[in-house]
Amino acid sequence: MAATSRTPGTITGNRGLQIEEPLIFEQGTAGRTGVDLAEPVPREDRLGGLAREGEIGLPGLSEPEVMRHFMRLSQKNFAIDSGFYPLGSCTMKHNPRLNERLARLPGLADLHPMQPEATVQGALELIDSLARWLKVLTGMEAVALSPAAGAQGELCGMMCIRAALEAKGDARRRVLVPESAHGTNPATAAACGYDIDAVANNARGRVDLAAVKAKLGDDVAGIMLTNPNTCGLFEDEILEIAEAVHEVGAYFYCDGANFNAIVGKVRPGDLGIDAMHLNLHKTFSTPHGGGGPGSGPVVLSGGLAPFAPLPFVVHGKEGFRLVEHRGRSEDEGLSAIGRLKGFHGQMGMFVRALAYMMSHGADGLRQVAEDAVLNANYLLAGLKDVLTVSYPGPCMHEVLFDDGFLEDTGVSTLDFAKALIDEGFHPTTIYFPLVVHGAMLMEPTETESKASLDQFIATVRGLAAGARSGDAAKFHDAPKLTPRRRLDETGAARHPVLRWRPAPDKAAE
Amino acid sequence: MRYLPLTDNDRQAMLAAIGVTSIEDLFADVPAAARLEAPLDLPDHAGEMEVERAIAGLAARNLSPATAPSFLGAGAYRHHLPATVDYLIQRGEFLTSYTPYQPEVSQGTLQYLFEFQTQVALLTAMDVANASMYDGASACAEAVMMARRITGRNKVVLSGGLHPHYRETAATFARYSNAEFAAAPPDVEGVEDLGAMIDGETACVVVQNPAFFGHLGDLAPLAARCAESGAIMIVAVTEVVSLGAVRPPGEMGADIVVAEGQSLGNPLGFGGPYVGLLATRDKHVRQMPGRIVGETTDVDGRRGWVLTLSTREQHIRRDKATSNICTNSGLCALAFTVHLALLGSAGLKRLAAINHSVAVRAADVLGAVPGVEVLNDTFFNEFTLRLSKPAGAVADKLAQRGVLGGVPVSRFYPRESELANLLLVAVSETNSEADIAAFAGALEALL
Amino acid sequence: MSEMKFSDEHEWIRLDGDIGTVGITDYAQEQLGDVVYVELPEIGKQVKSGDEMAVVESVKAASEVYAPVSGEVTEVNETLSDAPETVNADALGAGWFVKIRLGDPSELDKLMDEAAYSAFTAGLG
Repeated sequence: MAATSRTPGTITGNRGLQIEEPLIFEQGTAGRTGVDLAEPVPREDRLGGLAREGEIGLPGLSEPEVMRHFMRLSQKNFAIDSGFYPLGSCTMKHNPRLNERLARLPGLADLHPMQPEATVQGALELIDSLARWLKVLTGMEAVALSPAAGAQGELCGMMCIRAALEAKGDARRRVLVPESAHGTNPATAAACGYDIDAVANNARGRVDLAAVKAKLGDDVAGIMLTNPNTCGLFEDEILEIAEAVHEVGAYFYCDGANFNAIVGKVRPGDLGIDAMHLNLHKTFSTPHGGGGPGSGPVVLSGGLAPFAPLPFVVHGKEGFRLVEHRGRSEDEGLSAIGRLKGFHGQMGMFVRALAYMMSHGADGLRQVAEDAVLNANYLLAGLKDVLTVSYPGPCMHEVLFDDGFLEDTGVSTLDFAKALIDEGFHPTTIYFPLVVHGAMLMEPTETESKASLDQFIATVRGLAAGARSGDAAKFHDAPKLTPRRRLDETGAARHPVLRWRPAPDKAAE
Repeated sequence: MRYLPLTDNDRQAMLAAIGVTSIEDLFADVPAAARLEAPLDLPDHAGEMEVERAIAGLAARNLSPATAPSFLGAGAYRHHLPATVDYLIQRGEFLTSYTPYQPEVSQGTLQYLFEFQTQVALLTAMDVANASMYDGASACAEAVMMARRITGRNKVVLSGGLHPHYRETAATFARYSNAEFAAAPPDVEGVEDLGAMIDGETACVVVQNPAFFGHLGDLAPLAARCAESGAIMIVAVTEVVSLGAVRPPGEMGADIVVAEGQSLGNPLGFGGPYVGLLATRDKHVRQMPGRIVGETTDVDGRRGWVLTLSTREQHIRRDKATSNICTNSGLCALAFTVHLALLGSAGLKRLAAINHSVAVRAADVLGAVPGVEVLNDTFFNEFTLRLSKPAGAVADKLAQRGVLGGVPVSRFYPRESELANLLLVAVSETNSEADIAAFAGALEALL
Repeated sequence: MSEMKFSDEHEWIRLDGDIGTVGITDYAQEQLGDVVYVELPEIGKQVKSGDEMAVVESVKAASEVYAPVSGEVTEVNETLSDAPETVNADALGAGWFVKIRLGDPSELDKLMDEAAYSAFTAGLG
């Protein structure tokens, strides 16, 4: 069966512009290279008898072969540059190329992190400017810029909370985490040595205030809340939650993954939040890059600021300066939790995020939030009669549906998502959050046009009608038009093949 | 506003379709007290030209190693990057794609990550590698946690030749665990013997090769000592180009190898983003943190790639995950993969040979300057000088003369006065004979 | 051999002398879907009733397996590392996880018999 269906009717297995591409290890000629380097000047080595002797085993390819290989791979990817990603909780917005150009300026891209501070004053000022923008936008007193990604930002924020509690004499034991939280939240709290206490949502898709109050006590270190939450809703009792949390001496950590919905409209500092990470690759448009690199600055209240990690930039007598070690005062990092990564943070992402913020300005960022929320509500309005809305609107920047509309159709949320692929859309986020059955979470972002949303709405309506008309087979078969169709994840996990290895006969040579 | 497609007419039509009159109706759930009414104290929007001018102005106030003789290393290295690398990583299909959770539309990303994993395994001579970590320091911290999971022990021995940022990061990550750290003093001479620090309670020993101060060591005896005690040997490599010339950790008995991959494909970038490598033996695969790509087939029987073993990760295991890590360093891993694909074994070996040869020359020339002593008998492309004066001030004055002449050890160990005169000097294929002469000349004038 | 007993965490146990063979129930393997990996304890490990003893994983889920009784692990089912699919194929037989030398056989009395367990799972919907 495989033999007939794997052939798309061509000799090569290629399909027009869609070209099959083997691994680099299956190509090339041993001994050749795609880089011309001069013969090294022979000198007596100082390797102390530790020269590498065996074959490394890397393939030898010319530059054109390398170029074609990776070009062909690129053409097997969906990307925001080429299509709509209604991917809830991920904020797949347009990535401006100005940001890329500026990050590559030789005066930034080529800087060594350990140059004398006098030679990097422009870079330190850039970091300081970014910090100011983030502090003003969030209404918070301090920001730690070094965390490498959102999850590390969470770790940073929760460590600051624990350090602050320990400084008061009791680290406490429990952290409250809503059931709808991102998986990183409980993982982070556990990494800080806390027990996780799950908090239920109420019928309106919000964290239940009464449930929070019932679980609060003097052994609670803090709560980790996402706002707007992962159901795409603003936590409308957030001020009461913050007050209750503070009343027992606990801290309020906010997962800032969804800041895009409120940037310029609401300041987390006005919500009683003590610490919040910002994913620069979400709200501030730095590219996702197929899964990184990210950057996860953490804004902190005044009470947590002394515990911010090393290093950080300060204004000195002779310009900007980095504090890289714990000093004698709190301004000099006396109580810092320590270092989270090498050097000073994801500078390349700082440049991109600053360029983005300067481009939008205060007025534009407010418009970003408004358009993001408008677009999501437009999807809600266009789909609410054919899909199952989990919670009544208005929603914020993303809208949550569950699989109620697929009941008895034989079509699952996964099938529905895969059918979207054949229509030229990236699937929505599926099966997250966990609090509704068969979740479909859609986040259009502000960078989709009305025409784009209209086309998506029409497509989803058509698919929903198809599913209900009994055309389940089409959904089970989807996607059919992609470089690969559904992949066997069970087989991959049962018998993991995690690297290429030479064929046995070659290895014996 | 160039990034926003909606027109005012669109907005009005959409509000009408939603059935509200104003955008504020959609923010009705925000408590009135929390709504921001006053304008923010930030400038309004700016055109591309204005933004470019402002940031280029900041860039112009830095002294770029691209324009000055530069000998800076200490965990981040300047190498020539082939033009192809930057072109390919700027392809929108790579740059602007999401994490490959939907494999049918992400085969490009998944295949290069599989290639990356294989390259890392080959370079380090280990069985298997993950799809990258944030950077070398955080990879090292994750490896320490992994070793503690494998052994069920808590004692962690850190070599004095391990990069201080790696030492500090590992300690921060374990701050709220029951790990006990035993850190050997800075190993300036490359003579430490960690054997006495290892016992039946030791989870792991972390060493670096080439070490922070540049020395090379045969780690096989230490590996044997670790095996005897049931401890995991973690080897850190901060300069991956060295693996083209120096015996790899996997051939010296390493259980886990972590590395900073920046040297291949990635610019210095003032410290990030970089790409952490983590490789191990097959038997420890399920204790590895981070994303992993595996080979499989699709419903038509064609070979393809998926993220696999994800039950280790936070989005499934939540509080029981191997790590809270979510992101990898995808695009930096792509840059690494493209650069290494261009080099191949032959190119990497030659690149490493050039680095070593130029470094040998630099060590000889600098060592002949009065007031300078080279501390290393062995090194790859980085070595330590002992100067007759405090190195911090000398480095500052060298910079004033337009030479970025090494990283003072005091930048990492500010309180250890016995290290104050030490200067770490890194040399690469980008350094010419004239650079070395300019450095030596300036040093001679200052000492 | 004694009759099979069941825990409310979906483990089964069958006693042979003082050795109990433990696995997960058919209901549990169905809920998990395709099992891809089983993590087993070390032989000789002392477990207490209710302790996390093993982990069973499908592609998208991981579940702890709890010791239904206290005692010492005397044997583990090595075939599961190469063929985790055995858990799906024969959960109550060849797909067993561990053998435990019981410390306190009276703990068995707290477990459900087959009828009670059937009623219990029916109630879970």
